[in-house]
Amino acid sequence: MSDGSVKIKNLVKTYANEHGHPAFTAVKGIDLEIKDGEFMVLVGPSGCGKTTTLRMIAGLESITSGTIEIGGKVVNDVEPKDRGIAMVFQNYALYPHMTVFENMAFGLKLAKKSKDDIRDAVTRAAKALDLDQLLHRKPQTLSGGQRQRVALGRAIVRNPKVFLFDEPLSNLDAKMRVQMRTEISRLHAVLRTTMIYVTHDQVEAMTMGDRICVMRAGVIMQVADPLTLYRQPQNVFVAGFIGSPPMNLLNGVVKRSGCGLEFVDETGAFIVPLPSRLEKFAEPFVGRKIIFGARPEHLSPTPTSDVGTQKPLTMTIELAEPLGSETILYLKSGARQIVARHIGEQHCQPGQTVALHLNMEKVHLFDAETGNVINA
Amino acid sequence: MESSRSRSWLFGIIGWLVAIVLFFPIFWVAITAFKTEQAAYSPSLIFSPTLESFHEVFARSNYVGFALNSIYIALGSTLLCFIIAIPAAYRMAFFPSAKTQSTLLWMLSTKMMPAVGVLLPIYLLFKSAGLLDSVWGLIGIYTLINLPIAIWMSYTYFREVPSAILEAARVDGAGIMSQIWHVLTPMALPGISSTALLLIILSWNEAFWSINLTSSHAAPLTVFIASYSSPEGLFWAKLSAASLLAVAPIMVMGWLTQKQLVSGLTFGAVK
Amino acid sequence: MKRPIRTLLQAPSVGLLFLWMIVPLAMTIYFSFIRYNLLNPDVHGFAGFQNYQFLWEDPAFVPALINTLALIGSVLIVTIVLGTLLAVLYERRFFGRNVATLLVIAPFFVMPTVSALVWKNMILHPVYGLLAHAFFAVGLTPIDWFGRFPMVSVIMILSWEWLPFAFLILYTSIKSLDREQREAALIDGAKPVQMFFHITLPHLKRAIGVVIMIETIFLLSVFAEIYTTTSGGPGTATTNLAYLVYSQGLQQFDIGIASAGGILAVVMANVVAFFLVRILARSLKGNT
Repeated sequence: MSDGSVKIKNLVKTYANEHGHPAFTAVKGIDLEIKDGEFMVLVGPSGCGKTTTLRMIAGLESITSGTIEIGGKVVNDVEPKDRGIAMVFQNYALYPHMTVFENMAFGLKLAKKSKDDIRDAVTRAAKALDLDQLLHRKPQTLSGGQRQRVALGRAIVRNPKVFLFDEPLSNLDAKMRVQMRTEISRLHAVLRTTMIYVTHDQVEAMTMGDRICVMRAGVIMQVADPLTLYRQPQNVFVAGFIGSPPMNLLNGVVKRSGCGLEFVDETGAFIVPLPSRLEKFAEPFVGRKIIFGARPEHLSPTPTSDVGTQKPLTMTIELAEPLGSETILYLKSGARQIVARHIGEQHCQPGQTVALHLNMEKVHLFDAETGNVINA
Repeated sequence: MESSRSRSWLFGIIGWLVAIVLFFPIFWVAITAFKTEQAAYSPSLIFSPTLESFHEVFARSNYVGFALNSIYIALGSTLLCFIIAIPAAYRMAFFPSAKTQSTLLWMLSTKMMPAVGVLLPIYLLFKSAGLLDSVWGLIGIYTLINLPIAIWMSYTYFREVPSAILEAARVDGAGIMSQIWHVLTPMALPGISSTALLLIILSWNEAFWSINLTSSHAAPLTVFIASYSSPEGLFWAKLSAASLLAVAPIMVMGWLTQKQLVSGLTFGAVK
Repeated sequence: MKRPIRTLLQAPSVGLLFLWMIVPLAMTIYFSFIRYNLLNPDVHGFAGFQNYQFLWEDPAFVPALINTLALIGSVLIVTIVLGTLLAVLYERRFFGRNVATLLVIAPFFVMPTVSALVWKNMILHPVYGLLAHAFFAVGLTPIDWFGRFPMVSVIMILSWEWLPFAFLILYTSIKSLDREQREAALIDGAKPVQMFFHITLPHLKRAIGVVIMIETIFLLSVFAEIYTTTSGGPGTATTNLAYLVYSQGLQQFDIGIASAGGILAVVMANVVAFFLVRILARSLKGNT
């Protein structure tokens, strides 16, 4: 099979202003290696450069500097049609004056393939996507989900080495989104082709990606598989971006206490002794500003493990959001708001006081200045 | 609410009165076209219709020839206009540069130059190039004077096409010409057709260059009708017949392109 | 898209229009400063401002200038006043309004030579014209319009041709007047006349400005109607600047003087164009 690996080296994209001077750098020199057959998700807040990167891979955006290799070949100056890629656009970008069949056949028609070849390729893709009954309809008569499948079909028919997705599900309602997510994942399992997927939704990223590349302001913050990103965020941004509800992040300092090091938050109300596994890393940070991170799911009424537990934190419930299987609690500890996730159907009322245990095995410390995790 | 209903009656009556008065000359021409030359001079609405004036027009003059000239010139210049305008509008709509707006404005301003200002050089140039009294000469001129409108209107219609669709076509392997031909033009077809009708109307009715640059061979209908003004040519029924044929199709086209007229002739200043 | 391809797409349009603007205009300017008469091909040479001087001293010139301004002014007044009133009237819903609108705008699509001849012969003719018959019917003697009031006749023709244009533009603009604004004024107790002057007219200001400028630019070059009906006469009664240039250049073959006249027309048009382009620029920016 053809090689669908993508190598990005020191990629930069700068936009010039009207006088031709560099005005805005959207992508600031990123390196990324995507293996053949991998499902790589580019995720980040809007403006982080993920779509720009995707468009540079596609060839729709020019490259200011750096190289992009597809299948081992540098494609900086190669037209999109010759890069072996196919793209699924956010708004589907279907040709409104053509039928579903013609939409999917367009690329093949331009490549001057025979009528029979075209018919075979299109009907095959249509069958795989459950579109064979819709081939003679026009896009405006289709639902959002159906249109998205046509966009997928158009991409599949090209038999590309790399599929590129530009936030394809953001225009669908929640239920359709879940359905299409599984559809795309299933497609990947069957085709085993490289897929590069851009989204701003971290849930989508976590459920679909083999690996996730978190971007922010034109730089890569971390690249790893979902679980690693969740368990071992390399910086404050990734820690707060991945996971819902987001990790509780508290500003404070490391202080020396009677029995070791402790974290004191800036209001002074939240004091937590640091677990022994972190003490040696936190030592150089005594007196310096750090950020303490604890995920909502790691606060519970009962102690979860022996190692590293301490006496429970007593907090007042400000707001409780019951979701059925779990309840999201917004708690107040002094002046600080903490979010906790409470598994179980116990009733929690605002005004109640609860005592929660913090699983110290799962807390993180970050350098307030650099944002990097303190683990070395 | 009583008063507003009676008011609405009043508005209707006045409105229709004005419409009838304004339209009356055209109506009169239409009627007179079916009268005999004798009857043409009487103001009567009652008459026995006849086609003899139409027959005379076709028999005694080369009406068909002049009409064909009008058709060739109008269609030819409109086609040429779009061939030149569409790529430019494509570029301006989808790949604008900092200068695009001012270029557009400059193009529109070329339509503000009075024709008399360049009558003589054009006449002399045409004379030495042998382009006087030639269909191609007029096609050339009309292409130039209608180009700004064609570009402007195409530009506004292209702006409504999402660029993602053209990018999808590009990924599918379409070069610029393929994108324009297979995707952009079909999508913008309604707007482009109405603009084409507008340009055909403007070319068909153009009476400055056609009068000055043609005489017999390439003369369109505007010039032919003007010849009815000489003392020998004063036959009202025939004038009406010739005029009706020349005017009716254009009027219908005009009714269909009202919106484009407003946008096209005010260069978008009024919508 | 690569830069050279980009410019190539636009180049024919820009290039052609540039040539169209510059070359003939430059030639006209040049001609206006030399001695150039097709009847005396041996006479060459720089003429300085002589052509302009001759033009000024030409007995037809000042009348032509006055006629041009009078023509433009009159047609503007008639078309805009009537156009505004019509637009206000048609803004109300009434039975068959759409069809009536078609009738009102129809004259704009009639070719100028047809309009001119139909008006001159079938309507204004002092014996057989429709108006003449109407006058007879009420016992008055008909007026020989083109004989006694040639300018008024031409103005009538042009007003009939351009009223639909003014109407259509103003009507389009009135339709965009916010309904709620009007209802608020009604609640405030505004009477129709006050409504017209304080709400409708200010809203129409921009459209009226555009109509004035566009009509002026086109009316500066009025030619066909005059050519077909009066040939500028009687005398110079209906000669405007455009017809003067034509008669000097293509009838008397004095290219030099005609070119001077042409330049004058260009200058006048430029004054109006300056303001029009400013408005267009603002509306263009508003759309992007």
